[in-house]
Amino acid sequence: MASLRCFLRSGKNAVSAVLRREFHRTSPAAVQVTVRDALNQAMDEELERDERVFLLGEEVAQYDGAYKISRGLWKKYGDKRIIDTPITEMGFAGIAVGAAMAGLRPICEFMTFNFSMQAIDQVINSAAKTYYMSAGLQPVPIVFRGPNGASAGVAAQHSQCFAAWYSHCPGLKVVSPWSAEDAKGLLKSAIRDDNPVVFLENELMYGVPFEMSEEAQSKDFIIPIGKAKIERQGNHVTLVSHSRMVSLCLDAAAVLAKEGIECEVINMRTIRPLDAEAIETSIMKTNHLITVEGGWPQFGVGAEILGRIMEGPAFNYLDAPAVRVTGVDIPMPYAKILEDNSIPQIKDIIFSVKKTLNV
Amino acid sequence: MRKMLTIISNVLRGSASRNKCDLHKLEEGPPLQAMLSREEGLQYYRTMQTMRRMELKADQLYKQKIIRGFCHLYDGQEACAVGIEAGINLSDHLITAYRAHAYTLTRGGTVREIMAELTGRRGGIAKGKGGSMHMYTKNFYGGNGIVGAQVPLGAGVALACKYLGKNELCVCLYGDGAANQGQIFETYNMASLWKLPCIFICENNKYGMGTSVERAAASTDYYKRGDFIPGLRVDGMDILCVREATKFAAEHCRSGKGPILMELQTYRYHGHSMSDPGVSYRTREEIQEVRSKSDPISMLKDRMLSNNMASVEELKEIDVEVRKEIEDAAQFATTDPEPPLDDLCNHIFYNNPPMEVRGTNPWTKLKSVS
Repeated sequence: MASLRCFLRSGKNAVSAVLRREFHRTSPAAVQVTVRDALNQAMDEELERDERVFLLGEEVAQYDGAYKISRGLWKKYGDKRIIDTPITEMGFAGIAVGAAMAGLRPICEFMTFNFSMQAIDQVINSAAKTYYMSAGLQPVPIVFRGPNGASAGVAAQHSQCFAAWYSHCPGLKVVSPWSAEDAKGLLKSAIRDDNPVVFLENELMYGVPFEMSEEAQSKDFIIPIGKAKIERQGNHVTLVSHSRMVSLCLDAAAVLAKEGIECEVINMRTIRPLDAEAIETSIMKTNHLITVEGGWPQFGVGAEILGRIMEGPAFNYLDAPAVRVTGVDIPMPYAKILEDNSIPQIKDIIFSVKKTLNV
Repeated sequence: MRKMLTIISNVLRGSASRNKCDLHKLEEGPPLQAMLSREEGLQYYRTMQTMRRMELKADQLYKQKIIRGFCHLYDGQEACAVGIEAGINLSDHLITAYRAHAYTLTRGGTVREIMAELTGRRGGIAKGKGGSMHMYTKNFYGGNGIVGAQVPLGAGVALACKYLGKNELCVCLYGDGAANQGQIFETYNMASLWKLPCIFICENNKYGMGTSVERAAASTDYYKRGDFIPGLRVDGMDILCVREATKFAAEHCRSGKGPILMELQTYRYHGHSMSDPGVSYRTREEIQEVRSKSDPISMLKDRMLSNNMASVEELKEIDVEVRKEIEDAAQFATTDPEPPLDDLCNHIFYNNPPMEVRGTNPWTKLKSVS
């Protein structure tokens, strides 16, 4: 199957591979995969692998998913495993948690995480705390997933980022993928994890294609939860980010590189547990830290990172105060010009880097 | 020796005695007669008496400040817990709210580990980490502190039962106070749509904390509140009524008809919790009247004695044994050491490699294992 793909997409390499008659291809057969398709693949593979896995949420079945993430799954797996729910978040989130307690492995989709607020008691009090309260008698293997944070023109009630709220709570793992590989590998890990995982996607990233390595195309490809990834090496400043903001950091880094400033861009991948070590190691090299997030500044992801760095070994390596680039501290407005100025732009990152480096 | 007994339904607060239960969207209800064997009777008596004495001992220990925090006692409602368990199997599932000590017992917990959990010791059923409201056993999902949250959870357990195809069901309990929660109606809807094998049981003890049912609910016919879900209302002080109704409801679920709702009319002698004296919103006379006319243990005892199924001495002997069991358990619960400090951060995640947890200050790093 893989060699067929190879043949179709990289003819010259395929011919030479066939001539060489090797089982392992020496040339990487990467393909372009959107984040949406990566998530779809992850769920498809895990549904196939373990009968106890099932998906429930609004419009996930016959509508193919509000954002088409679950396209084709109902057709393949049927009513038992892909369940359309009424618009009753508190109820169906609780049902999902109960099913997890009784031995199934649900994926509970929130159409957006804004709606998860209706069900947040079930996520925190019924899912996150139960293993601890029962002193290890009752695990809750559940994934809560859906789009999080700002979208485009959806205004205040539909644009909140919940990374900080959920990451505050012990007993939860909170994951925030950026690329298609992230999405696939982390969702597979989340589904296989025996604990409650909050999986924060991003609507604006769903349609973005990324190169997916051959390794990532495998059905056993997982990315461990809790480990950040360095997307770009650099010596002058560390940019730490998650989800869509990673794209902006890389774009800003490309612009800054032309001026001789090399940014190290860290993609957090997981918010809780936070990979503080990766950030510290980077700071010990670059001596400067800027966190970049879409959410609000107060008590946010960046605030936590800065607090940890203050308390840890990397503090002594900072040549300037660590700072945060965040969304503006307001409910999200509607008008495009206002919305554009409510979240970090590339120029904001560039500005902050230059301020921090005093150039 | 088996005896046929007619079930007499006593409705509290002075209504006429009826010998049928109230039905909603059901053609017929549970049988009006039940078989009670001597063994069953003695077992029910012993279990109810154990519950009663256990709760009274908890009252004592709480007043001595050996139990702290929340403590919601079940005395008066014993017939519900014992009757329900008698109508299902241990392989079925059950979930309730915070008035849960009795259910922890019927679902396989021991008095020792329940009491030690109340006193927060390492021998507690949750190693001292859960407390009164968070006790778990196999197929028993607590013990839940947030009013009403256990109802969707219970329907989720029922979904798993149906999904896994093992002909099991879930009994999902809540009180008259919780019965007005929105998430319960969300659950009724989904349980009915998906035909989940779920017995919803409302333990109506007339008061949600300090608020009587008339002041909290526009409709106090809780057995009808499921609307499209068939319902029945029975005397929750009569253990045979409860048992037969539960059997009837279980049969309904197991035959694939979907959920069913049961209202048990019962009464709690204590206040809502140990911090509520329980007499500001009801009279001592009312409590005394229930105790003298409708006490579940007395009713069973009278029944057995008047039908020559047991002797006074026999039952007294059970009382003595129960008292001793409770004393031993209390002794254990007061002398067992508290959990070790290095258990503090354990049990955050299941099947996880050991990890570090931040202590109260940046230099304190605590160890956490699964």
